[in-house]
Amino acid sequence: MPEAEETTEKDADVTEQGVEQEQAPPPPPGVPVTIDGQLVYADKGELLIEAAERVGSHIPRFCYHERLRPVGMCRMCLVEVDSGRGPMLSPACLVECTPDMKVETRSDKALKAQDGVIEFLLVNHPLDCPVCDKGGECPLQDNTIAFGPGESRMVEEKRHREKPIPLSDLVLLDRERCILCDRCTRFADEVAGDPLIQFIQRGVETEVNTFPNDPFASYFSGNTVQLCPVGALTSKPYRFAARPWDLESAESTCTTCSVGCRIAVQSSGTEVTRYLGLDSDPVNHGWLCDKGRFAYESINNTDARVTAPMVRKHGELVEVSWGEALAAAAKGIKDALDRHGPSSVGIIGGARLTNEDAFAWAKLAKDVIGTNNVDCQLDDGLPAEIVLGLPKATIDEACAAPVVVLLAPDLKQELPVLFLRLRDSVTKGTTKLIELTPASTAFTPFAATSLMYRPGEAAAVAAALVDDAPAADIGPVSAASITAARQALKTPGVVVILGRPSTAEAANFVADAALVLNAGLTGVKFLSALRRANVHGALGAGLAPTGDGLDTGAMLRAASNGKLAALVLLGSDPATDVPDASLAQRGLAGAGFTIAVEAAVSPSSSRADVILPAATFAERNGSTTNIEGRVTRVSQKVPSPGVAWEDWMIAAELAGALGGDLGFETVEDVAAAAGLSSDVAAGDGTVVAPPTAFSARSLAANADIPMPALDAYSLRLVSGRMLYDNGWATASSPSLANLAKPVALRANPRDLDRLGVTTGAQVRVSGAHASFVVAVKADPGVPLGSAWLPVNVAVDDARSLIDASSPVTDVRIENV
Amino acid sequence: MARLSAHNLVTAQAIIARYPKPRSALVPLCHLAQEQDGYLAEDAMQHVAELIGCTAAQVYGTASFYEMFKLHPTGKYLVGVCTNISCMLSGAFELLEHCERSLGVPVGGTTPDGMFTLEEVECSAACTVAPAVQVNYRYEESVTPESFDTLVAQLRAGTRDDIPPHGVLATVRQTPTDRWANTGKTGEHAP
Amino acid sequence: MTVRSDLPKIVSGRWDIADAHTLDGYLRTGGYEGLRRALAMQPAEVVDIVTGATVQGRGGAGFPAGNKWHFLDTAAFPHWIVVNGDESEPGTHKDRTLMERDPHQLIEGSLIAAYACKASQVFLYVRGEMAFAQERIAAALNEAYANNYVGKNILGTDWSVDITLHWGAGAYIVGDETALLESLEGKRGMPRPKPPYFPAVMGLYMNPTIVNNVETLSNLPWIMVNGAEAFAAIGSVKSNGTRLIAVSGHVKQPGTYEVECGVVTFREVFYDPSLGGGIRDDNDLKAFIPGGGSAPWFFEEHLDMPLDPTVVGPAGSMLGSGAIVAMDSTTDMVKACWRLVKFYARESCGKCTPCREGTSWLELILERIIKGHGRPEDIGLLLDIGDNISPGPFPGPNVTPGEPAYAPFPYKKTTICDLGPSVVSPLMSALRRFPDEFDAYIARNPRKLIEVASA
Ligand SMILES: Cc1cc2nc3c(=O)[nH]c(=O)nc-3n(C[C@H](O)[C@H](O)[C@H](O)COP(=O)(O)O)c2cc1C
Ligand code: SF4
Ligand code: FES
Repeated sequence: MPEAEETTEKDADVTEQGVEQEQAPPPPPGVPVTIDGQLVYADKGELLIEAAERVGSHIPRFCYHERLRPVGMCRMCLVEVDSGRGPMLSPACLVECTPDMKVETRSDKALKAQDGVIEFLLVNHPLDCPVCDKGGECPLQDNTIAFGPGESRMVEEKRHREKPIPLSDLVLLDRERCILCDRCTRFADEVAGDPLIQFIQRGVETEVNTFPNDPFASYFSGNTVQLCPVGALTSKPYRFAARPWDLESAESTCTTCSVGCRIAVQSSGTEVTRYLGLDSDPVNHGWLCDKGRFAYESINNTDARVTAPMVRKHGELVEVSWGEALAAAAKGIKDALDRHGPSSVGIIGGARLTNEDAFAWAKLAKDVIGTNNVDCQLDDGLPAEIVLGLPKATIDEACAAPVVVLLAPDLKQELPVLFLRLRDSVTKGTTKLIELTPASTAFTPFAATSLMYRPGEAAAVAAALVDDAPAADIGPVSAASITAARQALKTPGVVVILGRPSTAEAANFVADAALVLNAGLTGVKFLSALRRANVHGALGAGLAPTGDGLDTGAMLRAASNGKLAALVLLGSDPATDVPDASLAQRGLAGAGFTIAVEAAVSPSSSRADVILPAATFAERNGSTTNIEGRVTRVSQKVPSPGVAWEDWMIAAELAGALGGDLGFETVEDVAAAAGLSSDVAAGDGTVVAPPTAFSARSLAANADIPMPALDAYSLRLVSGRMLYDNGWATASSPSLANLAKPVALRANPRDLDRLGVTTGAQVRVSGAHASFVVAVKADPGVPLGSAWLPVNVAVDDARSLIDASSPVTDVRIENV
Repeated sequence: MARLSAHNLVTAQAIIARYPKPRSALVPLCHLAQEQDGYLAEDAMQHVAELIGCTAAQVYGTASFYEMFKLHPTGKYLVGVCTNISCMLSGAFELLEHCERSLGVPVGGTTPDGMFTLEEVECSAACTVAPAVQVNYRYEESVTPESFDTLVAQLRAGTRDDIPPHGVLATVRQTPTDRWANTGKTGEHAP
Repeated sequence: MTVRSDLPKIVSGRWDIADAHTLDGYLRTGGYEGLRRALAMQPAEVVDIVTGATVQGRGGAGFPAGNKWHFLDTAAFPHWIVVNGDESEPGTHKDRTLMERDPHQLIEGSLIAAYACKASQVFLYVRGEMAFAQERIAAALNEAYANNYVGKNILGTDWSVDITLHWGAGAYIVGDETALLESLEGKRGMPRPKPPYFPAVMGLYMNPTIVNNVETLSNLPWIMVNGAEAFAAIGSVKSNGTRLIAVSGHVKQPGTYEVECGVVTFREVFYDPSLGGGIRDDNDLKAFIPGGGSAPWFFEEHLDMPLDPTVVGPAGSMLGSGAIVAMDSTTDMVKACWRLVKFYARESCGKCTPCREGTSWLELILERIIKGHGRPEDIGLLLDIGDNISPGPFPGPNVTPGEPAYAPFPYKKTTICDLGPSVVSPLMSALRRFPDEFDAYIARNPRKLIEVASA
């Protein structure tokens, strides 16, 4: 080689090769490579470790993970690769398949190198497999048996470290067991965007740790436990809970929110012991949020569960037989029907149910009771026509879209894994984000444009975005930002992620904004961001008001006026979940005969006349529908406590008690009637088109909703949810419960100055119905004239302030 | 100890401005913090993180990788005796033993008066003038037990003002003025 | 005698001039003339001149600078020049002197490279422990900026470039160019795997980047003034110009010398009165390191070999960073080996398993042997651990003088970068040539080792 006169350097030599390889044109149709004697056609750029796997040559690995950037650190995957210059040991996780490459994954040299790596890994790894949580499902243990040396040649003392240290409230690290594969740290940085755990120190002293006294407080921390190839990271809830070989597992779908992450539900005896994320390519890529992962504790929490039917007698709820409870429930409904007709009966809830359950209950409501007053949303969603009737995008389509408009609440708080998916495309730079939001979200730092509008003005801003006339300022939204966003929206293939950006402004504004965007952007598609577990399935099954039917807000108003003679709470808790707390209280108080179909006692169900205990997640089979309309399976794994029944069965029995017949004997009967055969829900499931009954075409944007003027002393309220709140899933899971913390009211520092409020202090916030003291925090991420306060995080929260009778809620704050 | 002082904050901003991405200033800013406090304090790492837009854990992870950042206070004079091959061949281990005896502390130790911390260091690029000792990264060449004791006496007596206290790395800095600051629009070249 | 007394001092010419580090002193001695000449040409012409001169990299790699520059996509914006001033290889003592005594020469060299490569900015990465070099460079840079040698519209042309002086913080591994880039990004200085991260393609911030050593770039001003032919006329056919060697260890006159590439022999390095001046106490030479701690050792039979990579490489070692360390007959080879092994173990970045665990395990075993707890089977174990870091026959000379080398340089590796295999160099060198010394230590073991329970 004339150009490399000094042969002593291989770097340079390889540099040149590398550059030349860059320029080689790819020969279609695939890249022919020979792996262990087999000819394979790899995709262009496919990693050798993947191509080998496809032809059945499993190459051992520790650091490589298909969802993380390859780093080639552990060196476990060394194989012999001949790219024309003779065989060379190369890490299969970094080598891209190139034409005519010859690979030996189990040659003597490759095996010796792999042996060597295992031996090196064991040099400082404790041999505590019998007491290690990972024992039995540990790749290091498996690889040691398959590839490792027979006995230890190490007579020196191993490095010792202080036993497990907590990285966070949920995750512990046993540093002695850590093999420094960088998976947890890469995940925290690349995927979660929370680089709070790092390699610390250097060389053989390297360890994973946090900054002193700054825990790994990430909504996604549990994924690191699942990613850890050894027993170094353990979750507090699962630690020592079971041995892997005792576990039974069933594939299911997480219903803590509506993303539909695929999981394996594992149990030991009658207890759920853990969830593992399954890698569903169209949905969760293997990830789960910590709330979803650890909320199984609430299922095991039998103290909080309703285990037997109850009927109110002499003012007290007492346990009774199913027969007596069903008879009492049926009598209550019959009385209402007899005296006031079907429109005096209402059903609130159903988003917690499976598709089959929802279908059975919708049939009961419409065919047996005859009421259209059914609503699975709790006044915090959007009209079914908007949710199901607009052109729909899948999660993949949203993540592949060149431009995404976020007209939704903070996805990190409400749909965490959707946040991860979209964050990935946004940080890669393939998707441009335009936020239409009343306050900053976790996406604000990544957004190309954040249009922070004042509550009530979403539709006006949306209209300006699809307009051609010169842009003008709209409240705090500047003309310049509108112009910038317009430019981006000219790209075809826009996807709007659509939910309720704030529960303190009326749904109409958002619905209008969506209709405007739909009309103004050609080819636009929508991905729903409503968070309740199976709200999309329940709406589709018919648990939505139609015709003259009342929605939840209207039912509660009717109830408060004494116009709802019978109310069924179908796995719903309006007292905690309806944005206007006062309306919820008045409605529940004014409702006539109340039946709660519930898995747990709640502030709402505790005032019911009859409680019918329902099975919950992991206790029943069926299917669920996620935000994109994907139907996947939920599976029974443990028995329900006491005598709880599946909801469809309760519907069927109640129908019988009312003299009707739904015609269902088994859940399969319901599925068949609902058109949900088991292949639809198998594996990654199927995206099912929503029923055509819900068409957005029937809706027109209602541009002028009368809006109160904002006076100079008030701020317009913005509200949303936090991932950890006082809801049942968090509150009844001991490991999660203390993660729900009171949250400060946030307002723009200039507003605080103007109002003379001292930052960091406590303030009194007052609305139409209530007034209380909260902490206040200056935040430039809240636009001028607005104040942000979440719901359901404290006794007094935004719900006490929100006034559903007004399209927006204005509040005042003052020093205490 | 402390976050960066107002004065150092100005220097920090000038350093950050010299890089295309703020994170590149991490190491220089940690040096600045160490110059201020004599070691790299937790509050300072937190402050550096805020200035360059990363997490404190990232600053800690990076800083702890490098030998020179001391996460705990050291003596005023950090005495680094090189024992790598060239120095070893010139008697560095014998010298190191002498240093231990002379200062009365083992390697890694700090004298009770807080004046000296003794370290065994790796090749400090003074191989042709071995054995080499660095005091706060100022070279002492071809050190003998006697010359070492003289040096210690001078430091104790305060007559070595060419050696600043630990943390002060370079007493001359690149000044922030006169930058051209490539914005990338041009790229054209003379003539 | 091949040591030329009339050899032009290409890079060390100003070392004896007291004020050479100031702009005045530098200008007085012909400084910035090379830059002026470069600026009068097209960048491509400058690349051609440097390519024609064939300046082999002086950081250890030995890859010619001009050829390296050709890999750069100069149309990509931005792209960078990074100067590697992290000199830390055991035995190496040249870049520091260049930076301390002639900082403007380095600045001028960097500017010529930046102009030729149309770089967006230059980063001068100086080892953290070299406070004085940093001061000298900072002062020189400030002067250069003030006098329009750096910055905007340099010397009245429409070419502008910034040079940023960057401080390291103490980590040998950062000398590796990919680790240097990570470090310059404010991260832990852990090497990037090549492929795919070749700096010329994916370097600093994943932009194309040229990393060159301090000495490599310090040659450029002279070349621009005197021409490629004059440079190529010095040295052997295959090795052009001069290079700095640091001669240390058991020689009478340790020092950094500028010698002619490919011509001077190791014997001259150790014995010539103008160079090493003989072995300490006129002892016999037992072994020597021909090119820094990472290089396999050479012995007496190699003394007449010229400092030419095309000769040294096939013989099983390398010239690396120009660090030549002499060990005389009194040297304890087990200790010498242990000391170097300990260095690499301490300096392993910890990223890849074989290096992180292997180097420290080797250190522990050697330490145990030295403390008198060696076991006969340790020898085989040491060899096998070495083989698991650097598989196959390890480069180095044969035990029997005159026979072909065990294997030519370079070494193979299971690791990401060359630090891992570097630990095997002293180990294999000592074990192959001086097995008796290991046996002697092991024989001192008073009793069978009580095995430490490995729980
Ligand atoms: C472990 C390791 C340490 C290195 N240390 C240095 C060093 O201290 N200085 C240096 O210039 N190059 C060092 N190198 C070589 C660099 O990676 C790189 O090849 C060199 O800086 C390129 O410059 P050159 O082409 O001008 O020689 C080292 C390489 C390795 C693998
Ligand atoms: S060989 Fe050593 S220094 Fe190089 S990457 Fe691996 S661990 Fe780091
Ligand atoms: S799996 Fe390839 S190096 Fe770890």
